[in-house]
Amino acid sequence: MNKKIIYVDHAATTYVKPEVFDEMRPYFTEYYGNPSSIYSLGRESKKAIEKARAQIAFYLGAHSTEIYFTGSGTEADNWAIKGAAYANRKKGKHLITTVIEHHAVLEAFEFLRKEGFEVTYLPVDENGIVDPNELAKAIRPDTTLVSIMYANNEIGTVQPIKELAAIAKEKGVLFHTDAVQAVGNIDINVKDLDVDFLSMSAHKFYGPKGVGALYIKKGTRVDSILHGGAQEKNRRPGTENVPGIVGMAAAIKLAYDNIEQNIKHLQNLSDRLIDKVMDKIPYVRLNGDREQRLPGNVNLSFEFIEGESLLLMLDMKGVQASSGSACTSGSLDPSHVLLAIGLSHEIAHGSLRISFGTENTEEDVDYIVDNLEEIVSKLRAMSPLYEDYVRKDGK
Amino acid sequence: MGIKQEKQVNIERGVNMYSDKVMDHFSNPRNVGEIENADGVGQVGNSKCGDIMKMYLKIEDDVIVDVKFKTFGCGAAVATSSMATELIKGKTVEEALKMSNKAVVEALDGLPPAKLHCSVLAEEAVIAAINDYKRKQGHEVEDVDCQGCCGGCGSTR
Repeated sequence: MNKKIIYVDHAATTYVKPEVFDEMRPYFTEYYGNPSSIYSLGRESKKAIEKARAQIAFYLGAHSTEIYFTGSGTEADNWAIKGAAYANRKKGKHLITTVIEHHAVLEAFEFLRKEGFEVTYLPVDENGIVDPNELAKAIRPDTTLVSIMYANNEIGTVQPIKELAAIAKEKGVLFHTDAVQAVGNIDINVKDLDVDFLSMSAHKFYGPKGVGALYIKKGTRVDSILHGGAQEKNRRPGTENVPGIVGMAAAIKLAYDNIEQNIKHLQNLSDRLIDKVMDKIPYVRLNGDREQRLPGNVNLSFEFIEGESLLLMLDMKGVQASSGSACTSGSLDPSHVLLAIGLSHEIAHGSLRISFGTENTEEDVDYIVDNLEEIVSKLRAMSPLYEDYVRKDGK
Repeated sequence: MGIKQEKQVNIERGVNMYSDKVMDHFSNPRNVGEIENADGVGQVGNSKCGDIMKMYLKIEDDVIVDVKFKTFGCGAAVATSSMATELIKGKTVEEALKMSNKAVVEALDGLPPAKLHCSVLAEEAVIAAINDYKRKQGHEVEDVDCQGCCGGCGSTR
């Protein structure tokens, strides 16, 4: 297979950058000791983990004792949410989140709801942004935790986390943010944000899969959700994924040492794509806020066509992207995020998410636009919805 | 050593959502378009559940001499519409009415379970178009009860 591949699904996952992999390699084959062992091979592993922890803490403005490694972003979300809810259940059983969270957060809350907790879901505006006044209104005396994602995985919208966290803090409520899409892609300083928990995942910023981390502000009470050994200061058991952790630290360094130029590059690609699509293809809308969004995220809805068909045809042209369409997820409902920002089912079904990475180029954008133009008109030509529309409009 | 060939084929099937036949009919759909002054036109599904199929029939002496379709929907929706038109072209109206969704699925070498409703929709599109033809001929026919989609149209299934 030697067809051209243009990967524009970096919000789903990224490849491991070679320099990151180089740092990981010895911890698979050479320094394989268990970090809990006292002999020198074990100590090598332990040292690597602590070095990685310090490095990650540095780039996020945290103290290294506040970074805890997990097996994924999903685990970090589950830990913060369930752990904080249970640790504070004597104080209250009311929790707050939003309607546009990732399933790792939504399903954790759904679990707690079945366990007898009460959950309030904050709405978002048409751009996917949470109104801080809504949060202030929703907090009650028995509220113990607020969880609001930093940047949305589908539409890229970035929330005013600092402002939202301040509201929670003022009322003595813990604040968690799922920053899986944000870490490595935009500047983050946990002290400046003043959040209590922040989740991240290495494979979203050119690190390996299977490793995540949770920032837990010093002194914050949180129950463990896994039980076993004494790893991670007795809070998260399981033999540490040493190569993964080393890779995560290498990846975060690479991301933040180049953050300004990365943002500029991704922003340029996104702007180019949005401008060209809007110029060349009719009946299309940009989902999410034009300004308050991740630099590499573009989410578009093409009227009269369906997202899976669009993705399949793009794939035939070598373009690997994603969709908010129902058909990709196996359920018949389109994305909860697109519905939450007020899109009709019909429009939501025709959505496409392009998420750029550092290796993408302006030529990639132009190739995507050319093919999109062709594919969209092909699909519209066979769409009864378009036929009805054209007929009604008398065009 | 290694896993058996049969097993490997099964893994491949599981990973590739669609069969080669489905992909063929999706990328080169047969009989796309409209028929002007069609003898029968039927539309099923709704945009809420993400699939709409519209079928046009040209019928002479009770034989379907031409058929065209338009579909809004996923890869399976396009492929099942395309295959259904192929299966009924040249058939009598009564033969076409007997075409089941299973026949469409089999002709496409299978569909993922979550996509089986598309084949039901294709069967219903054919029935709806034939009913329209019969109605135009002055026969009384019952409306098609939507079975294939999400229930957004009020169907119970």
